[in-house]
Amino acid sequence: MRLALRESQPTWRTFLLAGIALLITYLVTAGLIRWAGANPFSAFELMLTSPLKTSFGIGEVILSATPIIFTGLAVALAFRAGYWNIGAEGQFLIGAAMATFVGLHSNNLPGGVAIPLMLIAAAVGGALWGVVPAILRVRFGIDEVVTTLLLNPVAALVVAGLLNGPWRNPETQFPESARLPKQTDMPTLIPDTRIHLGFGIAILLLLIVWFVIARTPVGLKLRAVGSNLKAARASGVNVSRILMGAALSSAAIAGLAGGVEVSAVSHQLTNGISPGFGYTGVIVATLAALTIPGVLLVALLFGDLTVGSFTASRILQIPSTVGEVVQAVLMVSVISVLVFRKYSIILRVKAPQ
Amino acid sequence: MRIAKSFGPVKALADVTFAAQSGQVHALLGENGAGKTTLMRILYGLTRPDAGTILIDGSEANITSPRVARNLGIGMVTQHFALVGPMTVAENLLLTEPGNGVISLQKARAHVRDLSSEFGLEVDPDAIVEDLPVGGRQRVEILKALSHGCKTLVLDEPTAVLTPKDIDSLFSLVQGLCKDSGLAVVFISHKMHEVLQISDEVSVLRHGTIVSTQRNFELDVHQLTQLMVGADDPNLEVLVGAKSPQTPAIAQLSAPKATVLSVRDLVISRDGVDRVDNFSLEVRAGEIVAVAGVTGNGQSELVEALLGLHEPTLGEIEVNTINVVGSGIRGRRTAGMSGVSEDRHQQVVGELSVAENLALTDPSRFASGPLLSRSAMTASAEDKIAQFNIKSSPGQSAGTLSGGNMQKVLLARMFDAKPSVAVVAQPTRGLDVSSTAQVRAELRNRAKDGTGIVVISEDLDEVLQISDRIVVIYRGRIVGELASDTATTAELGRLMAGVA
Ligand SMILES: Nc1ncnc2c1ncn2[C@@H]1O[C@H](COP(=O)(O)OP(=O)(O)OP(=O)(O)O)[C@@H](O)[C@H]1O
Ligand SMILES: [Mg+2]
Repeated sequence: MRLALRESQPTWRTFLLAGIALLITYLVTAGLIRWAGANPFSAFELMLTSPLKTSFGIGEVILSATPIIFTGLAVALAFRAGYWNIGAEGQFLIGAAMATFVGLHSNNLPGGVAIPLMLIAAAVGGALWGVVPAILRVRFGIDEVVTTLLLNPVAALVVAGLLNGPWRNPETQFPESARLPKQTDMPTLIPDTRIHLGFGIAILLLLIVWFVIARTPVGLKLRAVGSNLKAARASGVNVSRILMGAALSSAAIAGLAGGVEVSAVSHQLTNGISPGFGYTGVIVATLAALTIPGVLLVALLFGDLTVGSFTASRILQIPSTVGEVVQAVLMVSVISVLVFRKYSIILRVKAPQ
Repeated sequence: MRIAKSFGPVKALADVTFAAQSGQVHALLGENGAGKTTLMRILYGLTRPDAGTILIDGSEANITSPRVARNLGIGMVTQHFALVGPMTVAENLLLTEPGNGVISLQKARAHVRDLSSEFGLEVDPDAIVEDLPVGGRQRVEILKALSHGCKTLVLDEPTAVLTPKDIDSLFSLVQGLCKDSGLAVVFISHKMHEVLQISDEVSVLRHGTIVSTQRNFELDVHQLTQLMVGADDPNLEVLVGAKSPQTPAIAQLSAPKATVLSVRDLVISRDGVDRVDNFSLEVRAGEIVAVAGVTGNGQSELVEALLGLHEPTLGEIEVNTINVVGSGIRGRRTAGMSGVSEDRHQQVVGELSVAENLALTDPSRFASGPLLSRSAMTASAEDKIAQFNIKSSPGQSAGTLSGGNMQKVLLARMFDAKPSVAVVAQPTRGLDVSSTAQVRAELRNRAKDGTGIVVISEDLDEVLQISDRIVVIYRGRIVGELASDTATTAELGRLMAGVA
């Protein structure tokens, strides 16, 4: 049994493989669910479909998908340029802190002013957190995987420092910021749901990034740099500028995600504001094969699984961490199965006739 | 073997029948994009055929990967070498046959020594591959192929990158392998005289079909060319040399034109060695200056410095009186210089389409509003494809182009920038006869329109045919300057060999 390179990669095969990956995930996790004392089939049905049956459920799916649309988009954008930004987590946290800072000092500014200011601060904060690794890479060729990754725990420490120091909640004395003024709460996008304007911003950004990459001169250069840096340079592309641009936009989008989370969901800064949204973004982008529409689909699927596994655990009395296990298994199986987009497997050499 | 292969709508090979006999050299000729490499990739298991069978010693073989091919005794040296640069020769050989368990470098080294004495191939097992000259690397590739006890050896354009001396030793090696070890050798080349010199049998591929297979002694250059391009090609007479090429007469500079490129006292050091030493050159608008020399005498470093891929250690490069040293590739482009260096794969983005690669230098030309206009890009690419006779469609991924067609894309892009100085390294390397004639004519035409052109080449005929002046480079220094109309091959050859 061996792998052989395929010559073409039709789209239908990608969909077929995604289906196979889902099946594998089912088979692998079924045992675990059974062991937890539930029927795996109904568990899966609940996990995948229960959120989609009610409009409330769909709203929850979109709500939990929103931050990872942002971070997935941020990571995909950088990766497409060949800039391996693993720092979306830290950039998210700094973005959240910056938004909190603006929110805490917004006094009586009306929401129409305060919220945009918070979001701008968040994006700038994210970009600033990404600027040092970007310069080190572009000017001195220092590997950004290491530097962006190492800055993540530093960002977490910055947040913890702020929450234990100047921003400690004056009322409860908990290490969390005070609740931000009401007018900094992001308005909902659709009345009577929890879907907020942040989702609209995410979709808008996604469309913009998609168009920029696929259809603009800068996008062409970005794809060239991402797939063959030397050839792009020899062709006259300003490689440093493209890398810098991709790195900073990516970091800004991740930072913006933090700002949206503060303004729309948590309304305060806490140590647990990100349950790993930045890392999940790397997974989302990878599963989407770095395609921008793929980021949206995968993020929504993850949102669906997150909401669904709560329902499943409630109804079937299994731990809700089962949902996380399913996501992890899904990731491994999708990544393994996606190998077959490029390679075919040959089980046995045909005997000569 | 009898094979058909299509890539989507592209029929690369249609019912090709090809046979190689042991103890013989079988040459495979054909225009750029005729399907030579594809056919050999199928034989070596790098590509699967759509239909057809391969017979080895009379029994059908299903070659699904290079490993299967190697086990069946097939070895291939590809147009681009597949070696790991920073490793030694022995380590590279181990990579293909790591065996099980513990690897023994000691054994690998002995193995290399055995092989090199058995086949008379000069290879040092402890040499670092990237330090070897091209000819040396090629010997490693051949050794790698032979190390699996190969019985059929495929050489895809092996001479394109070699110096005349290396070609001679390659040929005696190939002859030795055939006569003494009974190998079958498939030899691909665009150079007719090489084909006639080395081969026993010659097959000609045209548009994916074999149009002829004949014994060597039945053929001459004229017939071969006719078979390759087809008897009805209007340029046939020119190509075979019966009529002199219709290139514009070499410019008679009545009034001296402006200097567009001025290189002064260029020094390029790598690892403490001066690869180029005190190199000075002036090029005027409308003139072609050839830098002739045997490969490895500083030419690639010179090209890299001129084009800004690696800045020189010392000296000045002025383009239209602007000093461009330190301004990189883009600064040089802005000043009016553009060019093509030797390694095509470091200038073409394989995953992008031909149209995208052609547009890449300045894509905003094709923007309507903020968006790129695909139709404008495609139309412009179609123009260039027609103009340079490139065998491809605008949407084809550039990575799948045949070697010669990739070269033409690069040349088309260079001239598209309308440079006042063009620097071209080995402009016709890997091109078939008609493309070679066409590219040379194009260079003359551009010179006539006022471009100053520097051609770096080791092909004496080329140098004499297209240039106005020739400077000869030897060990990084200029050892002579000649006017093309009075220079002789003998004189040039002497200078290039460093015999003053
Ligand atoms: N993967 C692919 N997809 C589409 N077209 C391809 C692919 N591989 C090769 N081709 C096309 O098949 C044709 C034959 O290419 P091939 O490389 O065999 O030519 P060649 O005879 O070796 O030419 P050259 O002398 O320039 O090296 C070319 O037109 C090429 O563009
Ligand atoms: Mg070829």
